[in-house]
Amino acid sequence: MGKRKGVESSIALADSAAMCRIEAIAAYPITPQTHIVEHLSEWVNDGHLEAEFVPVESEHSAMSAALGMSAVGARTFTATSSQGLALMHEILFIAPAMRLPVVMAVANRSLSGPISIWNDHSDIMTDRDIGWVQIFAENGQECFDLVPACFRVAEDKRVVLPTILNFDGFVVSHMIEPIEFWTQEQFDAYLPPFDPQIKLDVRKPVAMGAVGIPEIYYEARLAQQNALLNAKAVVVEAFAELEKMVGRKYNLVETYKADDADAILYLMGSLSETAMTAVDNLRKQGKKVGLVRPRLWRPFPTEELVAAFGNVPVVGVCDRALAFGHEHHMVAQEIRALFYDAPHRPKLVEFVIGLGGRDVTIGDMEHILNRLLEVKNGAPVGPVEYVGVRK
Amino acid sequence: MLEFRFHGRGGQGSVTSAELLAVTAISDNKFAQAFPSFGPERRGAPVQAFARISDTPIRNRSKVYRPNVVLVLDYSLVSMVNVAAGLAEDGLLVVSTSNSEEQVRRETKWNGRLAMVDGIRIAMTHIKRPINNTVMLGALIKASGCVNMSQMEEAVKERFGKIAAVNLNALKEAFETVHICEGVKHG
Repeated sequence: MGKRKGVESSIALADSAAMCRIEAIAAYPITPQTHIVEHLSEWVNDGHLEAEFVPVESEHSAMSAALGMSAVGARTFTATSSQGLALMHEILFIAPAMRLPVVMAVANRSLSGPISIWNDHSDIMTDRDIGWVQIFAENGQECFDLVPACFRVAEDKRVVLPTILNFDGFVVSHMIEPIEFWTQEQFDAYLPPFDPQIKLDVRKPVAMGAVGIPEIYYEARLAQQNALLNAKAVVVEAFAELEKMVGRKYNLVETYKADDADAILYLMGSLSETAMTAVDNLRKQGKKVGLVRPRLWRPFPTEELVAAFGNVPVVGVCDRALAFGHEHHMVAQEIRALFYDAPHRPKLVEFVIGLGGRDVTIGDMEHILNRLLEVKNGAPVGPVEYVGVRK
Repeated sequence: MLEFRFHGRGGQGSVTSAELLAVTAISDNKFAQAFPSFGPERRGAPVQAFARISDTPIRNRSKVYRPNVVLVLDYSLVSMVNVAAGLAEDGLLVVSTSNSEEQVRRETKWNGRLAMVDGIRIAMTHIKRPINNTVMLGALIKASGCVNMSQMEEAVKERFGKIAAVNLNALKEAFETVHICEGVKHG
Protein backbone atom coordinates (compact mmCIF):
# COMPACT_ATOMS: atom_id res chain seq x y z
CA MET A 1 0.00 0.00 0.00
CA GLY A 2 1.29 3.47 -0.86
CA LYS A 3 1.74 6.17 1.71
CA ARG A 4 -1.27 8.24 2.63
CA LYS A 5 -0.90 11.97 2.16
CA GLY A 6 -2.87 14.76 3.84
CA VAL A 7 -4.39 16.73 0.98
CA GLU A 8 -7.57 18.56 0.05
CA SER A 9 -9.90 16.24 -1.86
CA SER A 10 -10.30 18.70 -4.78
CA ILE A 11 -6.54 18.95 -5.18
CA ALA A 12 -6.20 15.17 -5.13
CA LEU A 13 -8.99 14.86 -7.68
CA ALA A 14 -7.20 17.35 -9.96
CA ASP A 15 -3.91 15.47 -9.52
CA SER A 16 -5.71 12.26 -10.45
CA ALA A 17 -7.13 13.88 -13.61
CA ALA A 18 -3.67 15.15 -14.56
CA MET A 19 -2.18 11.70 -13.98
CA CYS A 20 -4.84 10.32 -16.36
CA ARG A 21 -2.85 12.34 -18.92
CA ILE A 22 -5.81 14.48 -19.89
CA GLU A 23 -5.17 16.43 -23.08
CA ALA A 24 -7.83 19.12 -22.88
CA ILE A 25 -9.34 21.09 -20.00
CA ALA A 26 -12.26 23.50 -20.31
CA ALA A 27 -12.30 25.89 -17.40
CA TYR A 28 -14.71 28.50 -16.20
CA PRO A 29 -14.24 29.00 -12.48
CA ILE A 30 -17.71 30.28 -11.65
CA THR A 31 -18.69 30.83 -8.01
CA PRO A 32 -19.08 28.48 -6.24
CA GLN A 33 -15.81 26.88 -7.23
CA THR A 34 -13.43 24.19 -6.09
CA HIS A 35 -9.66 24.19 -6.51
CA ILE A 36 -9.84 21.61 -9.31
CA VAL A 37 -9.32 23.65 -12.49
CA GLU A 38 -7.11 26.14 -10.64
CA HIS A 39 -4.82 23.29 -9.64
CA LEU A 40 -4.87 21.85 -13.17
CA SER A 41 -3.82 25.26 -14.50
CA GLU A 42 -0.72 24.93 -12.30
CA TRP A 43 0.02 21.47 -13.73
CA VAL A 44 -0.12 22.92 -17.24
CA ASN A 45 1.69 26.17 -16.41
CA ASP A 46 4.51 24.34 -14.62
CA GLY A 47 5.03 22.17 -17.69
CA HIS A 48 4.07 18.94 -15.94
CA LEU A 49 1.02 18.30 -18.09
CA GLU A 50 0.80 18.74 -21.84
CA ALA A 51 -2.81 19.75 -22.19
CA GLU A 52 -4.83 22.43 -23.90
CA PHE A 53 -6.14 24.59 -21.04
CA VAL A 54 -9.03 26.63 -22.40
CA PRO A 55 -10.38 29.36 -20.13
CA VAL A 56 -13.82 30.19 -21.49
CA GLU A 57 -16.40 32.88 -20.74
CA SER A 58 -19.17 30.77 -19.18
CA GLU A 59 -20.02 27.25 -18.11
CA HIS A 60 -22.20 26.92 -21.20
CA SER A 61 -19.05 27.60 -23.22
CA ALA A 62 -16.97 25.33 -20.98
CA MET A 63 -19.14 22.35 -21.89
CA SER A 64 -19.28 23.43 -25.55
CA ALA A 65 -15.49 23.68 -25.67
CA ALA A 66 -15.17 20.32 -23.92
CA LEU A 67 -17.32 18.70 -26.60
CA GLY A 68 -15.29 20.25 -29.40
CA MET A 69 -12.03 19.08 -27.89
CA SER A 70 -13.38 15.60 -27.23
CA ALA A 71 -14.64 15.45 -30.84
CA VAL A 72 -11.12 15.89 -32.21
CA GLY A 73 -10.01 12.96 -30.08
CA ALA A 74 -8.57 14.64 -26.99
CA ARG A 75 -9.07 13.12 -23.53
CA THR A 76 -11.15 15.95 -22.07
CA PHE A 77 -11.90 16.95 -18.48
CA THR A 78 -13.78 19.72 -16.76
CA ALA A 79 -15.27 20.42 -13.35
CA THR A 80 -18.19 22.43 -12.10
CA SER A 81 -20.76 22.91 -9.37
CA SER A 82 -24.22 24.28 -8.64
CA GLN A 83 -25.15 27.25 -10.88
CA GLY A 84 -22.29 26.31 -13.22
CA LEU A 85 -23.81 22.90 -13.86
CA ALA A 86 -27.20 24.54 -14.35
CA LEU A 87 -25.73 26.88 -16.96
CA MET A 88 -24.28 23.87 -18.82
CA HIS A 89 -27.67 22.17 -18.88
CA GLU A 90 -28.44 22.65 -22.60
CA ILE A 91 -25.06 21.26 -23.70
CA LEU A 92 -25.03 18.37 -21.23
CA PHE A 93 -27.53 16.48 -23.42
CA ILE A 94 -25.38 16.90 -26.54
CA ALA A 95 -22.37 15.02 -25.13
CA PRO A 96 -23.94 11.56 -24.86
CA ALA A 97 -25.93 12.08 -28.07
CA MET A 98 -22.66 12.71 -29.92
CA ARG A 99 -21.00 9.89 -27.93
CA LEU A 100 -18.23 12.13 -26.60
CA PRO A 101 -16.57 10.60 -23.52
CA VAL A 102 -15.87 13.79 -21.56
CA VAL A 103 -15.31 13.31 -17.84
CA MET A 104 -16.59 15.98 -15.47
CA ALA A 105 -16.23 16.29 -11.70
CA VAL A 106 -19.26 17.87 -10.04
CA ALA A 107 -18.90 19.14 -6.47
CA ASN A 108 -22.55 18.82 -5.51
CA ARG A 109 -24.11 21.99 -4.17
CA SER A 110 -27.39 23.77 -3.77
CA LEU A 111 -29.01 25.96 -6.41
CA SER A 112 -30.22 29.52 -5.96
CA GLY A 113 -32.41 30.90 -4.51
CA PRO A 114 -31.97 32.00 -1.88
CA ILE A 115 -28.37 32.43 -3.04
CA SER A 116 -26.35 29.58 -1.61
CA ILE A 117 -22.96 28.04 -2.27
CA TRP A 118 -23.29 25.17 0.20
CA ASN A 119 -23.58 21.43 -0.11
CA ASP A 120 -26.66 19.47 -1.07
CA HIS A 121 -27.71 17.54 -4.19
CA SER A 122 -29.99 20.12 -5.85
CA ASP A 123 -27.64 20.62 -8.79
CA ILE A 124 -27.24 17.01 -9.86
CA MET A 125 -30.84 15.97 -9.17
CA THR A 126 -31.80 18.59 -11.76
CA ASP A 127 -29.41 16.94 -14.22
CA ARG A 128 -30.26 13.34 -13.40
CA ASP A 129 -31.62 12.41 -16.83
CA ILE A 130 -28.95 13.92 -19.11
CA GLY A 131 -27.72 10.54 -20.34
CA TRP A 132 -24.28 10.56 -18.71
CA VAL A 133 -22.83 7.73 -16.67
CA GLN A 134 -22.97 9.05 -13.09
CA ILE A 135 -20.91 7.92 -10.15
CA PHE A 136 -20.94 9.18 -6.54
CA ALA A 137 -17.71 9.32 -4.52
CA GLU A 138 -18.00 9.08 -0.75
CA ASN A 139 -14.69 10.63 0.30
CA GLY A 140 -11.39 12.05 -0.95
CA GLN A 141 -9.89 8.63 -1.63
CA GLU A 142 -12.80 7.73 -3.87
CA CYS A 143 -12.48 11.08 -5.65
CA PHE A 144 -8.88 10.19 -6.47
CA ASP A 145 -9.50 6.54 -7.38
CA LEU A 146 -12.61 7.06 -9.46
CA VAL A 147 -11.33 9.65 -11.96
CA PRO A 148 -9.35 7.02 -13.91
CA ALA A 149 -12.27 4.62 -13.54
CA CYS A 150 -14.55 7.26 -15.09
CA PHE A 151 -12.24 7.70 -18.09
CA ARG A 152 -11.90 3.95 -18.48
CA VAL A 153 -15.67 3.50 -18.58
CA ALA A 154 -16.36 6.60 -20.70
CA GLU A 155 -13.82 5.73 -23.39
CA ASP A 156 -14.52 1.99 -23.50
CA LYS A 157 -15.67 1.10 -27.02
CA ARG A 158 -18.72 -0.68 -25.57
CA VAL A 159 -19.76 2.56 -23.82
CA VAL A 160 -18.40 5.82 -25.36
CA LEU A 161 -20.46 8.07 -23.12
CA PRO A 162 -19.59 11.08 -20.97
CA THR A 163 -19.25 10.43 -17.27
CA ILE A 164 -19.83 12.55 -14.18
CA LEU A 165 -18.04 12.01 -10.90
CA ASN A 166 -20.21 13.48 -8.15
CA PHE A 167 -18.79 14.35 -4.74
CA ASP A 168 -20.13 16.54 -1.96
CA GLY A 169 -19.25 20.21 -2.16
CA PHE A 170 -17.30 21.61 0.81
CA VAL A 171 -17.68 18.61 3.14
CA VAL A 172 -15.58 16.55 0.71
CA SER A 173 -14.27 19.08 -1.82
CA HIS A 174 -12.67 21.38 0.77
CA MET A 175 -11.71 18.71 3.30
CA ILE A 176 -8.07 17.89 4.02
CA GLU A 177 -8.00 14.15 4.53
CA PRO A 178 -5.67 11.16 4.08
CA ILE A 179 -5.50 10.02 0.47
CA GLU A 180 -3.31 7.30 -0.96
CA PHE A 181 -1.98 8.31 -4.39
CA TRP A 182 -1.32 5.90 -7.23
CA THR A 183 1.97 6.01 -9.11
CA GLN A 184 2.04 7.29 -12.68
CA GLU A 185 2.88 3.73 -13.77
CA GLN A 186 -0.33 2.49 -12.13
CA PHE A 187 -2.34 5.14 -13.99
CA ASP A 188 -0.73 4.19 -17.30
CA ALA A 189 -1.30 0.48 -16.71
CA TYR A 190 -4.96 1.03 -15.71
CA LEU A 191 -5.96 3.54 -18.35
CA PRO A 192 -4.94 3.02 -21.98
CA PRO A 193 -4.65 6.08 -24.26
CA PHE A 194 -7.94 7.42 -25.70
CA ASP A 195 -8.49 5.80 -29.08
CA PRO A 196 -11.70 7.20 -30.58
CA GLN A 197 -13.36 5.29 -33.40
CA ILE A 198 -14.59 8.47 -35.04
CA LYS A 199 -13.12 11.93 -34.64
CA LEU A 200 -13.05 15.27 -36.39
CA ASP A 201 -10.06 15.19 -38.71
CA VAL A 202 -9.54 17.46 -41.73
CA ARG A 203 -7.81 14.63 -43.55
CA LYS A 204 -10.78 12.33 -43.10
CA PRO A 205 -13.83 14.58 -42.79
CA VAL A 206 -16.97 13.42 -40.99
CA ALA A 207 -20.11 15.25 -39.90
CA MET A 208 -20.94 15.06 -36.20
CA GLY A 209 -24.01 16.34 -34.41
CA ALA A 210 -26.33 16.22 -37.40
CA VAL A 211 -30.05 16.97 -37.32
CA GLY A 212 -32.31 14.10 -36.27
CA ILE A 213 -35.40 14.19 -38.45
CA PRO A 214 -38.49 12.38 -37.13
CA GLU A 215 -37.45 9.24 -39.07
CA ILE A 216 -34.13 9.10 -37.14
CA TYR A 217 -34.46 10.89 -33.79
CA TYR A 218 -36.47 8.20 -32.01
CA GLU A 219 -34.01 5.42 -32.91
CA ALA A 220 -31.05 7.60 -32.01
CA ARG A 221 -32.46 8.31 -28.55
CA LEU A 222 -33.24 4.65 -27.93
CA ALA A 223 -29.73 3.66 -29.03
CA GLN A 224 -28.40 6.12 -26.47
CA GLN A 225 -30.60 4.63 -23.76
CA ASN A 226 -29.38 1.12 -24.57
CA ALA A 227 -25.75 2.25 -24.60
CA LEU A 228 -26.15 3.73 -21.12
CA LEU A 229 -27.96 0.70 -19.69
CA ASN A 230 -25.27 -1.58 -21.14
CA ALA A 231 -22.51 0.49 -19.51
CA LYS A 232 -23.17 -1.23 -16.17
CA ALA A 233 -21.13 -4.32 -17.04
CA VAL A 234 -18.21 -2.12 -18.06
CA VAL A 235 -18.35 -0.21 -14.77
CA VAL A 236 -18.18 -3.56 -12.93
CA GLU A 237 -15.06 -4.44 -14.95
CA ALA A 238 -13.45 -1.05 -14.35
CA PHE A 239 -13.98 -1.41 -10.59
CA ALA A 240 -12.61 -4.96 -10.62
CA GLU A 241 -9.47 -3.82 -12.45
CA LEU A 242 -9.15 -0.93 -10.00
CA GLU A 243 -9.18 -3.42 -7.14
CA LYS A 244 -6.44 -5.45 -8.83
CA MET A 245 -4.38 -2.28 -9.24
CA VAL A 246 -4.69 -0.68 -5.80
CA GLY A 247 -6.48 -3.23 -3.61
CA ARG A 248 -9.60 -1.23 -2.81
CA LYS A 249 -12.82 -3.11 -3.54
CA TYR A 250 -15.49 -0.96 -5.16
CA ASN A 251 -19.00 -2.28 -5.77
CA LEU A 252 -21.80 -0.66 -7.74
CA VAL A 253 -23.77 -0.58 -4.49
CA GLU A 254 -22.12 -0.53 -1.07
CA THR A 255 -23.69 -1.90 2.09
CA TYR A 256 -22.73 -1.36 5.70
CA LYS A 257 -23.92 -3.85 8.32
CA ALA A 258 -27.03 -4.43 6.18
CA ASP A 259 -27.07 -8.24 6.12
CA ASP A 260 -28.97 -8.88 9.36
CA ALA A 261 -30.51 -5.41 9.70
CA ASP A 262 -34.07 -4.74 10.90
CA ALA A 263 -33.91 -1.39 9.10
CA ILE A 264 -31.70 -0.01 6.34
CA LEU A 265 -31.06 3.62 5.50
CA TYR A 266 -30.38 4.53 1.85
CA LEU A 267 -28.28 7.61 1.20
CA MET A 268 -26.06 9.08 -1.52
CA GLY A 269 -22.71 10.81 -1.27
CA SER A 270 -20.57 11.44 1.80
CA LEU A 271 -23.32 11.44 4.44
CA SER A 272 -22.89 7.67 4.55
CA GLU A 273 -19.67 8.17 6.52
CA THR A 274 -21.43 10.10 9.28
CA ALA A 275 -24.23 7.53 9.13
CA MET A 276 -21.74 4.66 9.59
CA THR A 277 -20.72 6.08 12.94
CA ALA A 278 -24.39 6.37 13.91
CA VAL A 279 -24.93 2.72 12.86
CA ASP A 280 -21.95 1.67 15.00
CA ASN A 281 -23.34 3.60 17.99
CA LEU A 282 -26.78 1.98 17.65
CA ARG A 283 -25.30 -1.48 17.10
CA LYS A 284 -23.55 -1.09 20.47
CA GLN A 285 -27.05 -0.73 21.96
CA GLY A 286 -28.09 -3.95 20.22
CA LYS A 287 -30.08 -2.15 17.53
CA LYS A 288 -29.73 -3.87 14.17
CA VAL A 289 -29.48 -1.10 11.57
CA GLY A 290 -27.51 -0.84 8.36
CA LEU A 291 -26.83 1.28 5.30
CA VAL A 292 -27.03 1.02 1.52
CA ARG A 293 -25.29 3.52 -0.74
CA PRO A 294 -25.11 3.59 -4.55
CA ARG A 295 -21.66 4.27 -5.99
CA LEU A 296 -23.04 3.93 -9.52
CA TRP A 297 -26.17 6.05 -9.98
CA ARG A 298 -26.63 6.01 -13.77
CA PRO A 299 -27.13 3.48 -15.20
CA PHE A 300 -29.30 2.75 -12.17
CA PRO A 301 -28.15 -0.46 -10.43
CA THR A 302 -31.64 -1.91 -9.95
CA GLU A 303 -30.71 -5.57 -9.40
CA GLU A 304 -27.84 -4.73 -7.08
CA LEU A 305 -30.05 -2.47 -4.98
CA VAL A 306 -32.83 -5.05 -4.70
CA ALA A 307 -30.23 -7.60 -3.59
CA ALA A 308 -28.68 -5.15 -1.11
CA PHE A 309 -32.00 -4.45 0.60
CA GLY A 310 -32.91 -8.15 0.69
CA ASN A 311 -35.89 -8.84 2.91
CA VAL A 312 -35.41 -5.93 5.27
CA PRO A 313 -38.79 -4.84 6.67
CA VAL A 314 -38.08 -1.08 6.82
CA VAL A 315 -36.09 1.17 4.49
CA GLY A 316 -35.33 4.85 5.10
CA VAL A 317 -34.45 7.18 2.24
CA CYS A 318 -32.48 10.45 2.54
CA ASP A 319 -33.15 13.14 -0.03
CA ARG A 320 -30.81 16.12 -0.27
CA ALA A 321 -32.91 18.18 -2.68
CA LEU A 322 -36.60 18.92 -3.10
CA ALA A 323 -38.87 17.77 -5.91
CA PHE A 324 -41.03 20.88 -5.72
CA GLY A 325 -44.71 20.10 -6.05
CA HIS A 326 -44.40 16.38 -5.33
CA GLU A 327 -44.81 14.87 -1.87
CA HIS A 328 -42.06 12.32 -2.56
CA HIS A 329 -38.66 13.76 -3.45
CA MET A 330 -36.32 12.44 -6.15
CA VAL A 331 -34.38 9.75 -4.32
CA ALA A 332 -37.54 8.55 -2.58
CA GLN A 333 -39.30 8.36 -5.96
CA GLU A 334 -36.49 6.18 -7.30
CA ILE A 335 -36.57 3.82 -4.34
CA ARG A 336 -40.39 3.62 -4.39
CA ALA A 337 -40.19 2.67 -8.07
CA LEU A 338 -37.45 0.13 -7.29
CA PHE A 339 -39.72 -1.79 -4.91
CA TYR A 340 -42.82 -1.79 -7.12
CA ASP A 341 -41.59 -4.87 -9.00
CA ALA A 342 -39.41 -6.25 -6.23
CA PRO A 343 -40.34 -9.62 -4.68
CA HIS A 344 -40.40 -8.02 -1.23
CA ARG A 345 -41.76 -4.56 -0.51
CA PRO A 346 -40.57 -2.95 2.76
CA LYS A 347 -42.12 -0.02 4.57
CA LEU A 348 -40.53 3.16 3.23
CA VAL A 349 -39.74 6.12 5.50
CA GLU A 350 -38.65 9.32 3.80
CA PHE A 351 -36.34 12.06 5.07
CA VAL A 352 -34.86 15.27 3.72
CA ILE A 353 -31.60 16.30 5.31
CA GLY A 354 -28.74 18.77 4.94
CA LEU A 355 -30.27 21.22 2.47
CA GLY A 356 -28.09 24.18 1.53
CA GLY A 357 -25.22 23.16 3.80
CA ARG A 358 -27.28 22.61 6.97
CA ASP A 359 -24.85 20.61 9.09
CA VAL A 360 -25.63 16.90 9.47
CA THR A 361 -24.47 15.38 12.75
CA ILE A 362 -24.09 11.84 14.01
CA GLY A 363 -27.04 12.65 16.29
CA ASP A 364 -29.23 13.48 13.25
CA MET A 365 -28.36 10.11 11.75
CA GLU A 366 -29.05 8.29 15.03
CA HIS A 367 -32.45 10.01 15.13
CA ILE A 368 -33.25 8.79 11.61
CA LEU A 369 -32.13 5.23 12.34
CA ASN A 370 -34.11 5.13 15.60
CA ARG A 371 -37.17 6.38 13.72
CA LEU A 372 -36.81 3.44 11.28
CA LEU A 373 -36.77 1.03 14.21
CA GLU A 374 -39.94 2.65 15.60
CA VAL A 375 -41.64 1.93 12.27
CA LYS A 376 -40.31 -1.63 12.44
CA ASN A 377 -42.00 -1.90 15.84
CA GLY A 378 -45.35 -0.71 14.52
CA ALA A 379 -45.23 3.09 14.51
CA PRO A 380 -46.96 4.68 11.49
CA VAL A 381 -44.72 5.60 8.54
CA GLY A 382 -45.96 9.19 8.30
CA PRO A 383 -45.11 11.81 5.71
CA VAL A 384 -41.57 12.84 4.73
CA GLU A 385 -39.65 14.23 7.71
CA TYR A 386 -37.55 17.37 7.21
CA VAL A 387 -34.69 16.61 9.59
CA GLY A 388 -32.96 19.59 11.18
CA VAL A 389 -35.37 22.23 9.87
CA ARG A 390 -36.41 24.98 12.32
CA LYS A 391 -40.11 24.94 13.02
CA MET B 1 -10.19 11.05 18.70
CA LEU B 2 -9.13 14.64 19.33
CA GLU B 3 -11.28 17.44 17.94
CA PHE B 4 -10.06 20.99 17.42
CA ARG B 5 -11.74 24.32 16.76
CA PHE B 6 -9.84 27.40 15.59
CA HIS B 7 -11.13 30.95 16.03
CA GLY B 8 -9.49 33.66 13.98
CA ARG B 9 -10.14 36.39 11.47
CA GLY B 10 -10.18 35.97 7.70
CA GLY B 11 -6.66 36.31 6.31
CA GLN B 12 -4.96 35.42 9.58
CA GLY B 13 -4.29 31.82 8.69
CA SER B 14 -6.70 29.86 10.91
CA VAL B 15 -7.56 27.52 8.05
CA THR B 16 -3.86 27.03 7.28
CA SER B 17 -3.28 26.16 10.95
CA ALA B 18 -5.95 23.48 10.83
CA GLU B 19 -4.56 22.15 7.54
CA LEU B 20 -0.98 21.97 8.81
CA LEU B 21 -2.18 20.14 11.92
CA ALA B 22 -4.03 17.52 9.85
CA VAL B 23 -1.26 17.13 7.29
CA THR B 24 1.28 16.60 10.09
CA ALA B 25 -0.90 14.00 11.82
CA ILE B 26 -1.45 12.14 8.53
CA SER B 27 2.27 12.12 7.76
CA ASP B 28 2.63 10.43 11.17
CA ASN B 29 0.30 7.66 9.89
CA LYS B 30 -2.69 8.90 11.86
CA PHE B 31 -6.08 9.75 10.43
CA ALA B 32 -7.05 13.40 10.35
CA GLN B 33 -9.37 15.98 8.83
CA ALA B 34 -9.21 19.75 8.51
CA PHE B 35 -11.82 22.05 7.08
CA PRO B 36 -12.95 25.66 7.24
CA SER B 37 -16.35 26.81 8.42
CA PHE B 38 -17.58 27.07 4.87
CA GLY B 39 -18.69 30.44 3.65
CA PRO B 40 -17.65 33.46 1.66
CA GLU B 41 -14.11 34.39 2.65
CA ARG B 42 -13.92 37.88 4.07
CA ARG B 43 -10.68 39.38 5.27
CA GLY B 44 -10.98 40.48 8.88
CA ALA B 45 -14.30 38.80 9.59
CA PRO B 46 -14.50 36.17 12.37
CA VAL B 47 -13.85 32.72 10.92
CA GLN B 48 -13.68 29.22 12.32
CA ALA B 49 -11.79 26.16 11.19
CA PHE B 50 -11.95 22.60 12.46
CA ALA B 51 -9.69 19.57 12.68
CA ARG B 52 -9.88 16.00 13.94
CA ILE B 53 -7.06 13.56 14.68
CA SER B 54 -7.68 9.87 15.31
CA ASP B 55 -5.94 6.49 15.32
CA THR B 56 -8.78 5.03 13.27
CA PRO B 57 -10.56 6.25 10.09
CA ILE B 58 -12.76 9.29 10.80
CA ARG B 59 -16.34 8.78 9.75
CA ASN B 60 -17.94 12.09 10.55
CA ARG B 61 -18.22 15.15 8.32
CA SER B 62 -20.11 17.45 10.68
CA LYS B 63 -18.64 20.52 12.32
CA VAL B 64 -16.92 20.14 15.69
CA TYR B 65 -19.33 20.88 18.56
CA ARG B 66 -17.46 19.29 21.50
CA PRO B 67 -13.79 20.16 20.89
CA ASN B 68 -10.94 18.86 23.03
CA VAL B 69 -8.85 21.86 22.05
CA VAL B 70 -9.81 25.42 21.08
CA LEU B 71 -7.26 27.80 19.60
CA VAL B 72 -7.92 31.54 19.54
CA LEU B 73 -5.69 33.34 17.03
CA ASP B 74 -7.25 36.76 17.56
CA TYR B 75 -7.83 37.78 21.16
CA SER B 76 -10.38 40.46 20.22
CA LEU B 77 -12.81 37.64 19.39
CA VAL B 78 -13.01 36.67 23.06
CA SER B 79 -15.41 39.56 23.73
CA MET B 80 -17.57 38.63 20.71
CA VAL B 81 -17.93 34.84 20.80
CA ASN B 82 -17.87 32.27 23.58
CA VAL B 83 -14.62 30.68 22.47
CA ALA B 84 -14.84 27.99 25.16
CA ALA B 85 -18.32 26.87 24.04
CA GLY B 86 -18.57 23.09 24.10
CA LEU B 87 -14.94 22.69 25.17
CA ALA B 88 -14.53 19.45 27.10
CA GLU B 89 -13.84 19.91 30.84
CA ASP B 90 -10.46 18.24 30.48
CA GLY B 91 -9.84 20.22 27.31
CA LEU B 92 -7.27 22.84 26.42
CA LEU B 93 -7.70 26.47 25.42
CA VAL B 94 -4.76 27.99 23.51
CA VAL B 95 -4.90 31.77 23.30
CA SER B 96 -2.77 34.33 21.50
CA THR B 97 -2.45 37.09 24.09
CA SER B 98 -0.09 39.23 26.12
CA ASN B 99 -2.64 39.54 28.92
CA SER B 100 -2.41 37.97 32.35
CA GLU B 101 -3.84 34.55 33.16
CA GLU B 102 -6.32 36.21 35.50
CA GLN B 103 -7.64 38.49 32.76
CA VAL B 104 -7.84 35.71 30.18
CA ARG B 105 -9.74 33.47 32.61
CA ARG B 106 -12.12 36.30 33.46
CA GLU B 107 -12.76 37.16 29.82
CA THR B 108 -13.02 33.63 28.46
CA LYS B 109 -14.76 32.20 31.55
CA TRP B 110 -12.52 29.16 31.11
CA ASN B 111 -11.23 27.44 34.25
CA GLY B 112 -9.59 24.46 32.56
CA ARG B 113 -6.13 23.99 31.13
CA LEU B 114 -4.93 27.16 29.43
CA ALA B 115 -1.95 27.88 27.17
CA MET B 116 -1.05 31.51 26.49
CA VAL B 117 1.43 32.69 23.93
CA ASP B 118 2.25 36.23 22.82
CA GLY B 119 1.45 35.29 19.24
CA ILE B 120 1.40 38.69 17.60
CA ARG B 121 4.74 39.75 19.13
CA ILE B 122 6.39 36.49 18.01
CA ALA B 123 4.87 36.80 14.53
CA MET B 124 6.01 40.43 14.21
CA THR B 125 9.52 39.47 15.37
CA HIS B 126 10.02 36.69 12.84
CA ILE B 127 7.48 37.06 10.05
CA LYS B 128 7.12 40.88 10.29
CA ARG B 129 3.37 40.52 9.83
CA PRO B 130 0.66 39.82 12.41
CA ILE B 131 0.00 36.34 11.04
CA ASN B 132 0.32 33.97 13.97
CA ASN B 133 -0.89 30.64 12.60
CA THR B 134 2.44 28.83 12.89
CA VAL B 135 3.02 30.47 16.29
CA MET B 136 -0.20 28.95 17.58
CA LEU B 137 0.82 25.51 16.37
CA GLY B 138 4.09 25.73 18.32
CA ALA B 139 2.13 26.60 21.47
CA LEU B 140 -0.40 23.83 20.78
CA ILE B 141 2.24 21.15 20.30
CA LYS B 142 4.05 22.09 23.52
CA ALA B 143 0.82 22.13 25.52
CA SER B 144 -0.80 19.01 24.05
CA GLY B 145 1.78 16.87 22.28
CA CYS B 146 -0.96 16.08 19.77
CA VAL B 147 1.51 15.87 16.88
CA ASN B 148 5.26 15.50 16.55
CA MET B 149 7.20 18.81 16.45
CA SER B 150 9.78 17.63 13.91
CA GLN B 151 7.03 16.46 11.56
CA MET B 152 5.29 19.81 11.95
CA GLU B 153 8.56 21.48 10.96
CA GLU B 154 8.59 19.36 7.80
CA ALA B 155 4.99 20.34 7.03
CA VAL B 156 5.81 24.04 7.53
CA LYS B 157 8.83 23.74 5.22
CA GLU B 158 6.72 22.15 2.52
CA ARG B 159 3.85 24.59 2.90
CA PHE B 160 5.70 27.90 3.09
CA GLY B 161 8.63 27.49 0.68
CA LYS B 162 10.56 30.75 0.67
CA ILE B 163 9.05 32.02 3.91
CA ALA B 164 9.46 28.68 5.70
CA ALA B 165 12.53 29.77 7.72
CA VAL B 166 10.81 32.69 9.49
CA ASN B 167 7.75 30.52 10.16
CA LEU B 168 9.94 27.80 11.63
CA ASN B 169 11.56 30.37 13.95
CA ALA B 170 8.10 31.56 15.02
CA LEU B 171 6.95 27.97 15.56
CA LYS B 172 9.98 27.21 17.72
CA GLU B 173 9.83 30.40 19.79
CA ALA B 174 6.16 29.74 20.54
CA PHE B 175 6.99 26.15 21.50
CA GLU B 176 9.63 27.42 23.92
CA THR B 177 7.82 30.42 25.39
CA VAL B 178 4.20 29.30 25.68
CA HIS B 179 2.89 29.75 29.21
CA ILE B 180 0.87 26.73 30.31
CA CYS B 181 -1.54 27.10 33.24
CA GLU B 182 -3.21 24.06 34.73
CA GLY B 183 -6.95 24.17 35.39
CA VAL B 184 -8.28 26.20 38.29
CA LYS B 185 -10.17 24.11 40.86
CA HIS B 186 -13.71 25.21 41.50
CA GLY B 187 -14.24 26.56 45.05
